[in-house]
Amino acid sequence: MGRYFVQRVIAFLPTLLGVSILVFLAIRLVPGDQITAQLGTEAGMLTANQRAALEEYYGLDKPLLEQYFSWLGNAVQGNLGFSIRHGQPVTQLILDRFPVTVELAILSVFIALMIGLPIGIMSAIRHNTFIDLFGRIFSMLGLAVPNFLLGTLIIYVLSVYFGILPNSGNYTAFTQDPLLNLQQLIFPASAMGFSFASSVMRMTRSSMLEVLGEDYVRTARAKGLRERAVVLRHALRNALIPVVTLIGVEIGGLLGGAFITESIFSLPGIGRLAVNAISQREYALVQGVTLFIALNFVIINLAVDLIYAAIDPRISYDR
Amino acid sequence: MRTSRVYRPLLAMLLVAALLVASLPALGQGGNTLIMARAVDSTGLDPHTQTAFASLSLIGMIYEPLVISDHNLDIAPALAESWEFADDALTLTFHLRQGVKFHDGSDFTAEDVIASFERILNEETGAAARTNYVSIDTMEAPDDYTVIFHLNTPDVPLLSAMASSNAAILSSDVIANGDPATDVIGTGPFKLESWTPEETTILSANPDWWGDGPAVDGVEIRIIPDETSILAALRAGTIDFAMLNDPLVATLLIGDSTIGLYRTPALSYHVLQLRAAIEPLDKLEVRQAIACALDRQQVVDVAALGEGRVTGPLTMPLYANPVDDLFCYTQDLDKARELMAQAGLEEGFTLPVMVANAEPPTALSEAQNIQAQLAQINITVEIEALELSVYVDRWLAGDFTSCVALNGGRTDPYTMYSRYWQYDARFQNVAGYIDDDLDSLMKQGQSETDPAARIEIFRELERQLAEKAPWVWLYAGYTYTAAQPAVVGWEPGANDSLYYLYEVSLQR
Repeated sequence: MGRYFVQRVIAFLPTLLGVSILVFLAIRLVPGDQITAQLGTEAGMLTANQRAALEEYYGLDKPLLEQYFSWLGNAVQGNLGFSIRHGQPVTQLILDRFPVTVELAILSVFIALMIGLPIGIMSAIRHNTFIDLFGRIFSMLGLAVPNFLLGTLIIYVLSVYFGILPNSGNYTAFTQDPLLNLQQLIFPASAMGFSFASSVMRMTRSSMLEVLGEDYVRTARAKGLRERAVVLRHALRNALIPVVTLIGVEIGGLLGGAFITESIFSLPGIGRLAVNAISQREYALVQGVTLFIALNFVIINLAVDLIYAAIDPRISYDR
Repeated sequence: MRTSRVYRPLLAMLLVAALLVASLPALGQGGNTLIMARAVDSTGLDPHTQTAFASLSLIGMIYEPLVISDHNLDIAPALAESWEFADDALTLTFHLRQGVKFHDGSDFTAEDVIASFERILNEETGAAARTNYVSIDTMEAPDDYTVIFHLNTPDVPLLSAMASSNAAILSSDVIANGDPATDVIGTGPFKLESWTPEETTILSANPDWWGDGPAVDGVEIRIIPDETSILAALRAGTIDFAMLNDPLVATLLIGDSTIGLYRTPALSYHVLQLRAAIEPLDKLEVRQAIACALDRQQVVDVAALGEGRVTGPLTMPLYANPVDDLFCYTQDLDKARELMAQAGLEEGFTLPVMVANAEPPTALSEAQNIQAQLAQINITVEIEALELSVYVDRWLAGDFTSCVALNGGRTDPYTMYSRYWQYDARFQNVAGYIDDDLDSLMKQGQSETDPAARIEIFRELERQLAEKAPWVWLYAGYTYTAAQPAVVGWEPGANDSLYYLYEVSLQR
């Protein structure tokens, strides 16, 4: 296990390096630089001297290679640069916003499991019944309705019909006011969790159907085990492996920030930070956030692999 | 019986999920603090280097210039109580308000005025509006409350150019020993308590402000990036006040019985910029044909749901001609076809039109309507929709044949157009057209001190611009603010200004 872990961690490095080079180049190849992005057409009113002064200020006057390596050197030491717009180190900005994104991800996966697992299991054990039909319609709906539409609908219904809107630009951290925080996050998490619940439901259903037909399930039943034990202990545990993979990929994506949902519900998460950074052409911030998102993704992937071993004793990473 | 036991935990899980979703949120209100929302945040707090309206409107609450534009777009006293131009328009003298204090408690004097303008004129500052003030040659302060500007050329519009947050007065101490980007110390009605970019800005009322107000304890500005979410927050009553940009969102409030919608005519203008430098737009007849073929009201109706007024080049009422007096402001297709024939282009041609995606929100619809209308005189419009910063790059380089643009307006025609319609103008290449008449009218307008004569000069400029059709001016939109009934006394200012929030009180 330990050796496997170390191998995997070493394999991260080329991935992250590749991501950093790609992002570094991509943001610079896109037309429009930090100066025009901030000043708009007024940038044209700057004299050549003024422009040179600004470029020097932002470090844009140095050759590309020098810019990249000086950034990389600092990044290795945990210094991802400085955001001029925010007046704060990039690392600080990311760490400030990360809890929002993590909480939103956990909550929406939780909601998805709360809805998707039961419906999936019921659909499987009541295969081809009314319950199954309902479950399948639900999952179609969930997959067909995009998050942003659901989010906008939720906001519309809440504000117009109920006259409430828990978050109107006054996000409160869990540590400040847990109840208000949950109220603010529950709706965006539901908007995101709903479509994911559909995937969970479909995966659980098909995987359960497969497992329920296995010999060991029949044996368990023949042994005289109660149905509850058969379904939850013998069938479900085995059926969960593909679901765990699914959750892993989803969390990896969610930790990269929910660009649209965070904007609609005005949550200060990683997604909004990234979107603003891109439109402002804040090079250091874009690079920092992307690298961070990539790092999350590889870590979550590793975690998923390790969880397999925990759920399924047949999988072992030791030689 | 057996199966019901399987369901029990599953049903319990479903119930928990349902309960979580149904948990009802509690609402909080802001006491005597005005809670406002807008979609776009300031990009910075240094008055001299910021250009976006979103930045300037926040800065305008904290900092003050010597003079301001009042509700009627007239020049009104701010840090200067009075001023006079010498007859030759070469000397401008300000008499400063006494007893004004900066937010750090220091006194406001002539020294601060001189330090601020020296900073603006210093190229290293990167002050984007610097060109508006380059006529300032030297400054002197005979006493603590008088400043005399000596100009190197007669420059009457300098005064109205000073009515801008870009000419705000900073403390000379901050300029010398601090960083104006982070040391936010102004003289305005509100003090900055904290700024978290893209989230919240907290302002408190300045108790030592020289004027009468503010009536609220402070203002909390929240950034809600999605304007429909701002609308939802207004309806849910969680915010008191909002700024809206998108007419398609703002008009949803028309007929709302509780929330008040305020429209202010914008000085900025929507325009089809042609580049007369490029064939076949170099032919006067072709440009005029485009101007005559367009029903401008239709562009407003289709692209902006009628939220705008057809305008000539001058959007400020004081100087503008009635639009009906301008060349071809009533659609005339016969004349347009005739002009095309005169240019030898009855068969038409292909006109590429560059437009920025969603900037303004109506841009693409405007281009599409223009496309449909110009098809009537055989002009095939090819729309090129670009991301904003790509568009800006090409716009600055003059790398386009024509484009739909929303260009900023000013209260003075000279300040508004000096960058385009003069031989040595910075954006001459972007404008794509110039002639002796336009250049000399602009120069006369700059040096003429008689207000009535200035109006005549700029009316003539406007008539010529419409007739020579270097661009086809379309319409000016509105800026929108929305407020709950508890917000009393709000009267919007020009160019998204929030300065007049000091007049607002809350009656919850």
